Amino acid sequence: MNILKILKNGIIDENPIFVLMLGLCPTLGVTSSVENGLGMGLATLFVLVCSNLVISLLKKVIPNKIRIPVFIVIIASFVTIVDMLMNAYFQTLYLKLGIFIPLIVVNCIILGRAEAFASKNGLFPSFLDGLGMGIGFTLSLSLLGLVRELFGNGTILNFQIFGANFKPALLMILPPGAFLTLGCLVALKKFIQDRR
Amino acid sequence: MDYAKIFTIIISAVFVNNFVLSRFLGLCPFVGVSKKLETSVGMGFAVMFCMSLAGVVTWLCNRFILVPYEIEYLKTIMFILVIAALVQFVELFMKKFMPALYQALGIFLPLITTNCAVLGVSLLNIQEGYSLFETLINSVAVACGFTLALVLMAGIRERLELADMPKAFEGAGIVFITAGLLSLAFMGFIGIL
Repeated sequence: MNILKILKNGIIDENPIFVLMLGLCPTLGVTSSVENGLGMGLATLFVLVCSNLVISLLKKVIPNKIRIPVFIVIIASFVTIVDMLMNAYFQTLYLKLGIFIPLIVVNCIILGRAEAFASKNGLFPSFLDGLGMGIGFTLSLSLLGLVRELFGNGTILNFQIFGANFKPALLMILPPGAFLTLGCLVALKKFIQDRR
Repeated sequence: MDYAKIFTIIISAVFVNNFVLSRFLGLCPFVGVSKKLETSVGMGFAVMFCMSLAGVVTWLCNRFILVPYEIEYLKTIMFILVIAALVQFVELFMKKFMPALYQALGIFLPLITTNCAVLGVSLLNIQEGYSLFETLINSVAVACGFTLALVLMAGIRERLELADMPKAFEGAGIVFITAGLLSLAFMGFIGIL
């Protein structure tokens, strides 16, 4: 397996959100703006890469029968680190993401990759897999945040896009907007795929 | 006892801040298990059972272990372990003493560990500073809200099977759109509080 193939697998072929449909809660919960989506994506990326590395290192030591609890403890430790780091250095973002930071623990992608990839592969491929999946996740979250922020607030990264006369569709930032946006994006992806 | 506060907690957890439709917790089972009405009811009861147990046990752990030793930063690790152990325990207990119910719930029980709504409700109870009784009420109410959303969704999806729709929306697309409309309807409850 070469480097690009593993990376591409995470970003496109097995994109966590649009293909695997894992980790939906943070996807919908925090993407009311690009900034939030990006922040959440990067926090998850960090946990994913670190946990993949550690699990790949320890895969021979961990007894097969209790591997799931062990994985969860490893993941939870990294989540706690992220939680404390964000609280210390990015407090505004930390307060906005709120409960979704500790909930990275139960994000199915992380445990899924630990079980499906890191526990079977070497150190470097596991690192790449975590990186690819994390980038795929971050990009998807940012895309959702982009659409919602653009229509719901008329801005991208707090930068005014439409003129002053633009009346934002508040619905897009509210909870229903998240479901509607994701539904339309999934349908768009399927439409493009069927065309090919 | 403050009845008004308890009433507010219940209405808020079931309708206004419905976990699935407005807080976005527990979406994986919501999308995954809402294909059939029967299974969704089973899942709903399993979650209700585990969530109320988990809410109370994590509250006790926080109050009597984490707070006295000032190690609250280990909350996430401890809670997820407690929940995982609890779900396993419930599974063993049911298998031994309530085989009929165990059969009915089947594969849903182990899935609950990774249901972020369970961890979410435990963390929120602590965050809101609820007392033990309020924690119990809130956990049960949240689980009721979850079951309500799940059962509603399953009912709609059974009908959607036969509906005509653009090809691109078939499958996951229409499920999210439907959830969006449901969520829109639930936003109407905001005025209650």
